[in-house]
Amino acid sequence: MNEAVTLDRASGARVASEPIGSIPLAFTLNGEARHLHVSPWTTLLDLLRDTLDLTGSKKGCDHGQCGACTVLIDGKRMNSCLKLAVTLDGHDVTTIEGLGQPGDLHPLQAAFIEHDAFQCGYCTPGQICSAQGLINEGHAKNREDVREQMSGNLCRCGAYPNIADAVLEVLGTEKSE
Amino acid sequence: MNASTKIGIGTPLSRVDGVDKVTGAAPYAAEYNVANLLYGVTVSSRIAKGKITAIDEAAARAVPGVVDILSHANRPKQAWLDRSWKDELSIPGEPFKAFHDAQILFAGQPIAVVVAETFEAARFAASLLEVTYEGEAHNIDFEASLAEKFLPKPGSRRNNYHPPKSRGDAQAAFNEAAVSHEATYHLAPEHHNPMEMHATTVEWHGDGKVTVYDKNQGSQGVQAYLASAFGLGKKNVRVVNAYVGGGFGSGLRPQWQVQVATMATIHLERSVRVVMTRAQMFTHGYRPECTYTVKLGAEHTGKLTSIMGDATTSTSRFENNMEDIVTWGMMNYASPNIHGEYAIAPRDTYTSADMRAPGAATGMTLFEIAIDEMAYKAKVDPLEFRLINYSEVDGMNQTPFTSKALREAYREGAERFDWDQRSPEPRSMKEGRELIGWGVATGMWDAQFSKTSASAKLNANGHLEVACATSDIGTGTYTVMVQVAADTLGVAPEQITAKLGDSDLPTAPVEGGSWGAASTGAAVQLACETIAKKLFKAAGKMDSKPLGDAKFEDVEFVEGTIRRKDAGGQPLALTEVMRASEFTVIEAEETASPGIGGMISMAQKSRNTHSAIFCEVRVDEELNQVRVTRIVNAVAAGRIINPKTARSQILGGVTMGIGMALHEETFADARLGRWMNHSFAEYHIPAQADIHDIEVIFVDEPDAEVTPLGVKGLGEIGIVGTAAAVANAIYHATGTRVRSLPITIDKLMG
Repeated sequence: MNEAVTLDRASGARVASEPIGSIPLAFTLNGEARHLHVSPWTTLLDLLRDTLDLTGSKKGCDHGQCGACTVLIDGKRMNSCLKLAVTLDGHDVTTIEGLGQPGDLHPLQAAFIEHDAFQCGYCTPGQICSAQGLINEGHAKNREDVREQMSGNLCRCGAYPNIADAVLEVLGTEKSE
Repeated sequence: MNASTKIGIGTPLSRVDGVDKVTGAAPYAAEYNVANLLYGVTVSSRIAKGKITAIDEAAARAVPGVVDILSHANRPKQAWLDRSWKDELSIPGEPFKAFHDAQILFAGQPIAVVVAETFEAARFAASLLEVTYEGEAHNIDFEASLAEKFLPKPGSRRNNYHPPKSRGDAQAAFNEAAVSHEATYHLAPEHHNPMEMHATTVEWHGDGKVTVYDKNQGSQGVQAYLASAFGLGKKNVRVVNAYVGGGFGSGLRPQWQVQVATMATIHLERSVRVVMTRAQMFTHGYRPECTYTVKLGAEHTGKLTSIMGDATTSTSRFENNMEDIVTWGMMNYASPNIHGEYAIAPRDTYTSADMRAPGAATGMTLFEIAIDEMAYKAKVDPLEFRLINYSEVDGMNQTPFTSKALREAYREGAERFDWDQRSPEPRSMKEGRELIGWGVATGMWDAQFSKTSASAKLNANGHLEVACATSDIGTGTYTVMVQVAADTLGVAPEQITAKLGDSDLPTAPVEGGSWGAASTGAAVQLACETIAKKLFKAAGKMDSKPLGDAKFEDVEFVEGTIRRKDAGGQPLALTEVMRASEFTVIEAEETASPGIGGMISMAQKSRNTHSAIFCEVRVDEELNQVRVTRIVNAVAAGRIINPKTARSQILGGVTMGIGMALHEETFADARLGRWMNHSFAEYHIPAQADIHDIEVIFVDEPDAEVTPLGVKGLGEIGIVGTAAAVANAIYHATGTRVRSLPITIDKLMG
């Protein structure tokens, strides 16, 4: 089945449409098989936010410099603003919405709340996806590692110590340096 | 009411909006995917000054999906008079009006918007717009602008500016002083750079009605502004800012994207979204560049005899942005002779703006570097020097403080930091290849209170809703509202919903000046107290007389019940009162304002927060790389509503202070008239690896007078003085005194 990407703006419903030059894309999004048609110039981030209404992934710079748009692609963290959607054919994408939901929080989400690891919340989904990527990589053993390996995710509110605490709790590692 | 048995205020409740934020469910301004939405991409001026002579739209309009292009040449009607464009925090001058005419006032000025069915089409088409300019000579170099510095006349100054008050003969005392110090300090321009870029989604409802989802720090200010500028009428404009991805002052005044998005919506009669790019986040307000000459005179003992300050900050050519720079040092220290001078210098940029602790973050910080230098000259420990010159009253205004626990902050901070283990001489502490330095500085900010209204609504099922048009820019306002309501009515936090960030809600000012918690908290408390009184009255009408002959003063509201403080009788469930009285809902709306007593108190007493910041740096002896390895910030800020979120506020302020000390600087290209480093790759803010150990202490500071809840506010005090503590620690580590922030490696190499 081909699912079209264009919203019918008048009704708000997603209806079949075939934009000129659209390219078929089959991938897994938050555990669900998706078959879309996308434009070659659409980033994964804009596809998520504007078309699929998955606005948990944030746009903070659109240049791969802030990490707010971090998602997991095949379990690896990636700035979704730097990834063209058409390149994802056959891949597995997990966004913050796929990690956990209200009532069924992912351990990182719960730890972020407990440690007050955010203020405005805008960098938070990217931080959490990045932290899951860090855990998947398996390289971080202590606070210094976490601080270094979470440095691709900027937080202007300055929640860094609390973010490190939250990640360390889930890593199950000693908090002390 | 007896607070001792309450839950709510003083407990470390996790943020009530936490689940929405960590799951991505919380919607920010660009995330309302309303039906029939168009995307606007704004084109920025390539020149700094002059005028647009032509715009060739042909190629842009040929892009499939492009709906329209708006510029000064074809924009819809908007207000002509400057007074129609005033906002809640307008400053003297002519407010910027996007697409108003062909004039270019600054590089990056929004000059056209391309509106299309998709973001990608709009972005591509915007790149095809051919704009021809006629340039004029411009200046964005701060040093050069000082030749034109001036002091606006009283009456044409901005509202919250406080002119320095001089006393005695400071110059003579300086000349005669046994120990003296004179130096000029500098702060680079800084841009706020909240993580969320300024964004607006305008939903068109037809018949001139719009809902404006906008990034700002005050929904009602933006509502009034748009209603006036576009002649819409307030009832047709609803502004929503339920979630704001950081502000730090950048959302105090309406930013240009809300103008552009609203203009396009009205013209096209369709919903339009406009989001700034990160580069465009450098085309509006910024913390003004500052030069500040400090002269200090003291006796041999280190007792100050003269404080002199002369500062200039940058503004634009179209508005006069003024800050209190030289006043902070004069307020914080005791000196018989003080003298302050202040001016502003215009240049061809957007107007500088309030950024986290405007004035103090600059003036107090730079002054605290001068104080450190003076301590060394007087051969007095830098902490001891501050205690020698401690002022029990506001040193400039000579008014008492409602409270000032700075002495306790110094003591508790020093103890935690082990300040007494410090070796006095610079370059005397070392480990491996790193020089170690310990520095101290003082912070000071206003404790303000602003007239605010709130409503409360108790439902028959025991659920309580409190509401206020205020904003939560990450400050924790949602959580504070729930805690104050829980404290006042004894309802469990899980049973309470806080609503904010909507111009339809009870009146509130912009979220700024650190007055949010004190003001919104007081309004919520009043509204909940009114509910309490209504409940008590209803309970009195119950046939069973469950509270007996108790007066209102004799009862307390705890655990969802009303009960007698003398423990007589059974606790009476609020839901039982509701049921017995056949109420489906009890509602109240109240306004907290300083009142006459408060106004008198404000005139007679100074109201401030204070802090003592202790900092350890480690500086690589060969590479001059600086690491801020330890900070203890002891804060005296009255009553703390939530220790968990309060600590976070200070962590955030300290982190931004470390940025001010080491990283943040927007570079001006005088030739092009542009900010050069307009991206996160080149404008450095602290990253996770830059931040080590930060400890926050809240000093006990009971203050029943400062605000109704005894709360002083915490949004800004954390940044004030932090960069000075870092700079002073760097001097102690290296023996190199850098008087220009940020302290980058090149400056340490000398």
